Amino acid sequence: MATTMTTETSAAGDPAALPGLRRPIPKWIWLGIIFAALLPLIGGQTGLISNFYFLQLSLMIVYSIAVLGLNLLTGFNGQISLGHGAFFAVGAYVTAILIDRYEMHYLATLPLAMIACFIVGYLFGRPALRLEGHYLALATFALAIAVPQFLKYRHFEPLTHGVQGINIFNPDPPFGLPLSPDQWLYLVVLACAVVMFIVARNIVQSRMGRAMMAIRDQPLAADTMGINSARTKSITFGISALYVGLAGALHAIIFEFVSPDSFRFELSIAMLVGAVIGGIATLSGAVIGGFFVQFIEKYADALTKWITSTVHLPIHLEPWTIYGIVLIVLMYTMPMGIAGGLASLWRKIRPPG
Amino acid sequence: MSNMLEVKDLKAYYGPSQALHGISFSLSKGGITTLLGANGAGKTTTLRAICGMVRAEGSVIIDGEPVTGKATESVVRLGVGHVPEGRGTFTELSVEENLRVAAYTRRDKAAAARDLEMVFTYFPRLKERMAQQAGTLSGGEQQMLAISRALMLGPRLMLLDEPSFGLAPLIVQEIFRIMRRINEEAKVSMLLVEQNAALALELADHAYVLETGRVVMSGTSAEVRSDEQIRKSYLGY
Repeated sequence: MATTMTTETSAAGDPAALPGLRRPIPKWIWLGIIFAALLPLIGGQTGLISNFYFLQLSLMIVYSIAVLGLNLLTGFNGQISLGHGAFFAVGAYVTAILIDRYEMHYLATLPLAMIACFIVGYLFGRPALRLEGHYLALATFALAIAVPQFLKYRHFEPLTHGVQGINIFNPDPPFGLPLSPDQWLYLVVLACAVVMFIVARNIVQSRMGRAMMAIRDQPLAADTMGINSARTKSITFGISALYVGLAGALHAIIFEFVSPDSFRFELSIAMLVGAVIGGIATLSGAVIGGFFVQFIEKYADALTKWITSTVHLPIHLEPWTIYGIVLIVLMYTMPMGIAGGLASLWRKIRPPG
Repeated sequence: MSNMLEVKDLKAYYGPSQALHGISFSLSKGGITTLLGANGAGKTTTLRAICGMVRAEGSVIIDGEPVTGKATESVVRLGVGHVPEGRGTFTELSVEENLRVAAYTRRDKAAAARDLEMVFTYFPRLKERMAQQAGTLSGGEQQMLAISRALMLGPRLMLLDEPSFGLAPLIVQEIFRIMRRINEEAKVSMLLVEQNAALALELADHAYVLETGRVVMSGTSAEVRSDEQIRKSYLGY
């Protein structure tokens, strides 16, 4: 990959100006995306994949977008957040309120949810600049705890319906497409994810991305390169919140429901776990992280029941135990996350040359 | 000839403790001035104070422009290339990306491309290592990268913080030779902080000796080198 980068830069465009450092997206990724987009036709029409599984897949992709957003902040810019569930909630509520109260088209609410989250994220990131490491983690943690309470606040009830939450309804597929609502939303979510991953990839490989990573690696040296750290860090916070906000908005649409208790601080932790387990500071890690958030957590419960009933363990097993064991094993065997682990495995087994 | 850098009564603080107690010195255009002194004398702090990285009082004028109290990135944009203590390598980025970070402030991409070519004439070794992760470079190569990064800013003035630190003598000599070339060919004025006084006095035309945040001696390099006291404490012969 490193060698293609240099040949590309020397080959590209006007030799007098500095060419960009963007690398092309590998073909197999496009094939994967096309396959994923055809799933409703293949699996859906033949009945191989039920609507329930499309919902599960959609949720997985949604969490991938969220983990990607957190990864931009934590992985690429080195700012730890334990509170990104808050932005997820803001995105979800903006969309739910706009649909429920202002009867907006669900797709039109997405950019608004993103803008709202960018602003909230930027404004939170600005004062949080004075905080580093543990202190920043603590401040964001406070945000994660505060937001659900805020949503329950009595005087917002006309908008938020308090603890009851907001019901919205799954939209039908447009143009009379022969798809179920779940299949249609799966395609919507997939399209959003593809766009957001490409944008993230461009950010990371651009001037802005290099500035983000320079600040993470060497804050003082980054300043001496003329980088405005304060601005870069708060914009990164905003972008990160925007991603997570979009994930929240999509979650609200596919789940047809928002309530304050859907966004407890466990969600923030799950996102951070997903980012780290998937592979911090990698884009592919965000996809794996999304899988992890959606599946391991949900299936830890089923797995626990299965183990208890088949093996007849003498001890009482909790779902969280399995989750914990999986976490520990993964962190020991793949300290660079699953993406990092797979990459080094590939370097070992790939044919020489 | 007017001065590239004029520092008057510069005081600097780390929290409540004062690290510089009003130092004054100047650097002529195209010249090389060195700041000598033991650990904790305030050499690094002086460079940081010039760049707005620590709280400072007093006057710092770069090529006629007062910069005291300005943010680091604004000082950098005036054409100040700071080669920081410990090299400040962006370890996870490639060599090329490190150099690109330095072109961050450049509007004129053609000039940046020319500077990249210039960097390679000084440090051909970096060209071979373009795609390599910068954290895996040797110490000497990382120092070369740090100087190159500063060059990519198109600087008029370079602040060099112990470029010899932790490097083998042969590499240090190579780097100092290249610094001399950069000074002469690219017309970059240099303020050099060094523990290796013999080497620094060879390169610089003027020297200032710092002790606990104060200038205790100054003069041309020849004057400073011939001072009995300096010879004993800093040159060791």
